[in-house]
Amino acid sequence: MSRRTGLSRHLTLTNFLNAVISAAGLFFLAWVAWRLISWGVLGAVWSSPSGAEGCRGTEGACWAVIESRWRLILFGLYPYEEQWRSILACAVVVVVTVLSCIPAFWTGRRLAALWLVGAGLYYILMRGGVFGLSVVPEARWGGLALTLFIFVSTILIGMPMAIGLALLRRSSMRPLAAAAALVIDSVRSLPLLSILFTAAVVIPFVLPAGMSGDKLYRVIIGFALFFAAYQAEVVRSGMQTVQRGQEEAALALGLGYWQRMTRILMPQAFRYALPPTISQIVIAFKETSLVVIVGFFELMASANAAYGTGEWRFAYVEVYVFVAAIYFVFVFSLSRYGAFLERTMRVGKI
Amino acid sequence: MAPASLRNRRFSWLVQASFVAVVVLVAWFLIDSTRKNLEVQGVTLGFDFLFRSTGWNINYSLIPYSPTDPYWKVLVIGLMNTLWLGFISLVTATILGVLIAVARTVNNRVLRIIGLFYVESVRSVPVLLQLFFWFAVYSNLPGPRQAISYGDMVFVSGRGVFVPGLNVSAASGALALAAALVTLGVLLWVGQARRFRRMEPWPKRGLLLGILLLGAAVAAAVLGLGRVPGTDLVSIPARRGLNFVGGVTIGLEIVTMITAITVYGAAYISEIVRAGLVAVGKGQIEAARALGLGGWHVFTRIHMPLAIRAMLPSLTNQYVWLMKATTLGIAIGFTDFFMVVAVSITQSGHTIELIAILMAGFLLINYTLARVFNWINRMIALPGSRVSS
Repeated sequence: MSRRTGLSRHLTLTNFLNAVISAAGLFFLAWVAWRLISWGVLGAVWSSPSGAEGCRGTEGACWAVIESRWRLILFGLYPYEEQWRSILACAVVVVVTVLSCIPAFWTGRRLAALWLVGAGLYYILMRGGVFGLSVVPEARWGGLALTLFIFVSTILIGMPMAIGLALLRRSSMRPLAAAAALVIDSVRSLPLLSILFTAAVVIPFVLPAGMSGDKLYRVIIGFALFFAAYQAEVVRSGMQTVQRGQEEAALALGLGYWQRMTRILMPQAFRYALPPTISQIVIAFKETSLVVIVGFFELMASANAAYGTGEWRFAYVEVYVFVAAIYFVFVFSLSRYGAFLERTMRVGKI
Repeated sequence: MAPASLRNRRFSWLVQASFVAVVVLVAWFLIDSTRKNLEVQGVTLGFDFLFRSTGWNINYSLIPYSPTDPYWKVLVIGLMNTLWLGFISLVTATILGVLIAVARTVNNRVLRIIGLFYVESVRSVPVLLQLFFWFAVYSNLPGPRQAISYGDMVFVSGRGVFVPGLNVSAASGALALAAALVTLGVLLWVGQARRFRRMEPWPKRGLLLGILLLGAAVAAAVLGLGRVPGTDLVSIPARRGLNFVGGVTIGLEIVTMITAITVYGAAYISEIVRAGLVAVGKGQIEAARALGLGGWHVFTRIHMPLAIRAMLPSLTNQYVWLMKATTLGIAIGFTDFFMVVAVSITQSGHTIELIAILMAGFLLINYTLARVFNWINRMIALPGSRVSS
């Protein structure tokens, strides 16, 4: 007997109806599965030395497009001989992400150190210029590596911003709290695209010439601001969940503001805020795909380029399925981890 | 030496004063450098350009538009398109979301698995990728000549969807739609408001029927008056040469936008609805059953009304998201508010003013949406009761 939640508490389907729906549903699932297998596996063309010609007239998937374009999708315009660096850089990001899922790393200092080292390693590998690595400018970064770079920088810049904004918003100093509230609320009601567009196009008008920096970094700052505005509310609601007595006790012990925040309030608030924080991070990962619109060659853009040129024009489904699978692996594992945390925390294990 | 509290207060004043000073300085610096930058480029700030004609065309508009029309009109059209797309997607996403939530909560394992697959796979892929995917799928449908026909009334092709329409003027169509919405509103008001609660069932039903008939009559009269002379009332699309004539053409871009936002938004809405259904306290439902209500009545009178109260705040956030997601239209060339602003910037060069208009527009839309839903939330809140008890 399953847990009786939701509708099943009273809207129990009768046995006959239940059997009919189950049979129809099973049939539907089997049909979908069969169509997918016969398209994607049985009738598929896995490799085609003659290019797109090899896929003419097949009913199934043409995975040969991936065989011929995977480097473009994963690395973009990164120089061919140096692409091993791009792979290593992606591996660094994955390792850092996995390590920060381990509770042993869950102190502010360790997490910050881990991510800073990871980002530094990534930058050295991708950019080069030291240890005999040739220099590859940011303009040639692309594909999955660029997506991961934008993602990591967004989190790295956005998280401290979020904590700062959350602390400011609950500050007793009125002008500071009002300014933080204004920033958070207006950023939250604007579409991310308009912020990215502002960062890419408008900032050069506002800042003096030479101060606006590279477009990539402006867009990353825009991303970080957007992430921070949402994350600040997550952190703030975590702070509100911490019992008042905790802060009052700390105050009574004579602890100063910073000690109260870093030793008493923040550790507890983050414990409560962990599941929504992970879902914010997942959203940030998915939203990196938007930079294609302001003209960067990340994973989404390289997918469009992979089938957009002449001979592979018919193979759009295969390319999108492949890229969707890459996003799926990252997003699904992160969100499963978030759900796992939520379950264990409800039991009180962490 | 001053006591600690006084020292703290002085310190706090110092921080606040310096914060305000820094903000003023930075703002002054930015304004000054903007002015200098604009001077170098020879652009003058101002909203005069809004009354110049644009000189470029757009591919989707609810009202007639020509390239000689001024900028303010194209911005209004963009805003209308955004609201129109947002409204349709909001309705379709909610319907699909509720269906999936129901599938995930009934006592049928197969339905639950289908719902789970849907939600997990749709949520794990960026909405932009799904948008590109649907656009590629739709654009690769056969051309108008080999369009897929449904009963020779509806045609689906790689150029758009062709459906039957009415040969009436745009203004009368809009008026009829407004009449229909007003009728719906009055019906809901009479049916639900406290003022009419003590009416006897029969006269109340008669009143509702009367309002419905009156609304239908008004809408029909408006449509009849607005008929385009010398044509049939109903126009059915028909193949002619390389394209279709007659009927209404629904562009590929808006169909793609509606599909992508509906599919993606429904996955999130279904989770909110499911959480709302689960959040209703066990005691409420047990009490309803103890009173002898049947399953359907428990659901429609007790469970759903309480669940709606639990889910409304999250739903509001999701609807705000949905409105913002219409900006993705620029990726496939749907002329929503954002795209119109972006094109206006490249065409007119008035970057600062147009970005200000863009932000003001979205702040207005989302603020209104949030206010409306918060108002509904307050109106339906049950005094002195919690949803889950």
